Amino acid sequence: METKRSLLGRLPIISQLRKSVGLQRGMLVAGIALTLLFLLTAALAPLIAPYGATQRFDETQAPPSSVHLWGTTAGGYDVFSRTIWGAQTAFLVIVVAVALSIFLGVILGLVSGYIGGWLDRVLVVVADAIYAFPTLLLAMVMSIAISQGRSDMWSGIFSAAISITVVFIPQYYRVIRAETIRLKAEPFVESAIVVGASSVRIMARHIYKNATRTLPLIFTLNASEAILTLAGLGFLGFGIEPSAAAEWGYDLNHAQSDATAGIWWTGVFPGVAIVLTVLGLTLLGESMNDLNDPRLRGRKQAKKKKELVDA
Amino acid sequence: MSAHTSSPAGEAAPRPVLDIAALRVSFDTDQGEVRAVKDVSFEVAPGEIVAIVGESGSGKTVTAKTILGLLPETAHSSGAVIVSGNDIITANPRQLRAIRGRDVSMVFQEPSTALNPVRTVGWQIAEGLRAHRPQGKRVGRREARALAIEALGKVGIPEPHKRVDYYPHQFSGGQKQRVVIAAALALNPGLIVADEPTTALDVTVQAEILELLRDLRDRYGTSIVLITHNMGVVADLADRVVVMFEGDVVEEAGAEKLFAEPREAYTQKLLAAVPHLGRNSASAGFTERAFQDKEVLVRATDLEIEYPGRLGSPAFRAVDKVSFTISAGEVFGLVGESGSGKTTIGRAIAGLNRTTGGSLNVLGYEMRDYKERSFRPLRKDIGFVFQDPAASFNPHLSIGECVAEPLYIHTDLSGSAVTNKVAQLLESVQLPAAYAKRFPHELSGGQRQRASLARGLALKPKLLIADEPTSALDVSVQAKVLELFREIQSELGFAALFISHDLAVVDILAEWVGVLYKGRLVEQGIGTQVMSNPQDDYTKRLIASLPVPNPAEQAKRRAVHQALLAAK
Repeated sequence: METKRSLLGRLPIISQLRKSVGLQRGMLVAGIALTLLFLLTAALAPLIAPYGATQRFDETQAPPSSVHLWGTTAGGYDVFSRTIWGAQTAFLVIVVAVALSIFLGVILGLVSGYIGGWLDRVLVVVADAIYAFPTLLLAMVMSIAISQGRSDMWSGIFSAAISITVVFIPQYYRVIRAETIRLKAEPFVESAIVVGASSVRIMARHIYKNATRTLPLIFTLNASEAILTLAGLGFLGFGIEPSAAAEWGYDLNHAQSDATAGIWWTGVFPGVAIVLTVLGLTLLGESMNDLNDPRLRGRKQAKKKKELVDA
Repeated sequence: MSAHTSSPAGEAAPRPVLDIAALRVSFDTDQGEVRAVKDVSFEVAPGEIVAIVGESGSGKTVTAKTILGLLPETAHSSGAVIVSGNDIITANPRQLRAIRGRDVSMVFQEPSTALNPVRTVGWQIAEGLRAHRPQGKRVGRREARALAIEALGKVGIPEPHKRVDYYPHQFSGGQKQRVVIAAALALNPGLIVADEPTTALDVTVQAEILELLRDLRDRYGTSIVLITHNMGVVADLADRVVVMFEGDVVEEAGAEKLFAEPREAYTQKLLAAVPHLGRNSASAGFTERAFQDKEVLVRATDLEIEYPGRLGSPAFRAVDKVSFTISAGEVFGLVGESGSGKTTIGRAIAGLNRTTGGSLNVLGYEMRDYKERSFRPLRKDIGFVFQDPAASFNPHLSIGECVAEPLYIHTDLSGSAVTNKVAQLLESVQLPAAYAKRFPHELSGGQRQRASLARGLALKPKLLIADEPTSALDVSVQAKVLELFREIQSELGFAALFISHDLAVVDILAEWVGVLYKGRLVEQGIGTQVMSNPQDDYTKRLIASLPVPNPAEQAKRRAVHQALLAAK
């Protein structure tokens, strides 16, 4: 029981929540709440949404009513359902994108940092080159190359996810590579070399766990960036087709002309969904970042200070 | 504020420069409140050198920082720290700024980080002058420069007129510490707090800095609070000693009295643990080199190791034409100051550095043709104990997993056999077998170093390389680890290369001692002979500058050392 509790205490987020105080705790709690809301919406979309994501109605641009809670769009989609289903699409894209980029980024970073030499130099140049591209442009090119005009839900999600992956791999790669190079000079790695451990064993057993401590942090910050990239792709028309799945960026794009006609409900709801999701993930990531750094972390202070001054 | 100054002791004795009364300091941490200083009171008279000694965690540095009001925000202090009539604890930041530099200043441990690398030393010395406006008026640029030159002259920097415009990197470590002292002296404060002022310096440089501090006291009557863990330094410099343990003052006495007849058990234990050159020598009574009939495990012939220089600059030769042998069962002690190449030699034998010239033969393997793949099978016969026990364990693995690492790699033992073997190993280094489940950060420094020894010995190696294994440890812990090392070595009979900067430590363990200076092996011989009758000039200087923990004996040694320097 004792060990179990300490294990729970060591999990990211929970351990940070325990350490936090004051404003930092407020930010963290807000972040957790918004992120949970997003995750629950994504998971329970089939139960919450009254209609399917691609279901069309005859009433177009209908204002909010009891039949269509948040009204309908020019294309005849139910805004409420589209927004709810959109959370699911966003979630899938984030998971696929971040999982792929962490996997590749970590392996490349470990190998490149530990082995070094020409391999390292080539990979660094490639990563720098990718960095030099505007991310959205790169994502667009990748999206065109991968989807090649097909538009069902999964290929849409994968093309969006892989486009984002390409942008993110260098980030993970760089962080892990820098950590690996630092750890390579640590005595515990040298002691593993002296003991006669193979390079693969050293990377897997000694460097991997120590180098990946900052990942949950980059993960949350990148997740919010992934949503923005996805929405950007959708807005520009390179995302997922409306007939395949609901996607906030696409809906925003088509709400553009509505806004001037006074039809506010088609744009506001997907827009707010994007803002809240990104805000939640950013708050979570930023406050975890602050709490992980003892210099930025506020500490619990008893009323001691006052007593001492008085005495 | 001035209420504190009207102490009744005012008439007879001169008013103390520093008066600490019932000082308490606590820190807020994630684990709650930690009391670093529990109840500390002592005084420092004008012109007196008071040493605060204690092991790590005794609260000596926190006490020193309190004297300058340098505690972090998470600290809470109570009691009184009165410097020249001002109470530091209740002073506001403005008052503190006025006191610092004028009444009390500080000399830090690491001179290379205490100086700003992008400013000239003259600027840094003058900074304090400009901040303070002595005599109520601003110090002009020219005047500040003149004062900086004077301060540099005071601390014995040659050609202060020229050197005032130099940058910190143009000075050696010892000179940098002189500059830091010059900056501390610029406003002629009555009190200097020196926090481990010689710990980062080599022994020969340490002797010079100690000489300088003593000279400053004699000439300018500056009081010095010296924070140190080195009993030799205390014996050399201090008039009075305050011994601290876990935040409390254990004993306070004059230096001679403390060393001659320590009253408290803790002080006695502390003093007994300090290695003393010439006592407890491993080679006592030896007349010729032992183990010469045994197999030679390491043979270096004109060994050269170079580190490539940056583009355009020549390579740095860390090891220069060094020849020696280590036979089976023998403990070879390698002594040298920082940069002498001692660690490089140890690492080269373990295959962590490549040789660039000459020959280095380790267990029959010529390191000139080093290939990781072909050397790997030999690694099971070489153990390595690193300097910093905290860093040489993977923080994510338990102690048991770390110790088991060599067993997993080189043997086919089953899981339970490995667990048993680990328990045995831990017991052989006097650690409970249950510690196998703990993580490195849950052990103390000494315990970690024992575990490190257990890992080094897991495969019963023929050769153990120990690179400064005790230099990160407190003296009392060091004494225990050295004792353990000695016991295990005589029991298992492995050969060892013992690397250290501390002559006294090497003498305790090694029968045969080599002295390295700037990459060259200037002298080697039987431990006792090298220590008592050194042949080489550098060895003589090194041995003479090592302070011994005995004030009377140290005063004699100091005279010898000065004669040696004068003769040069």
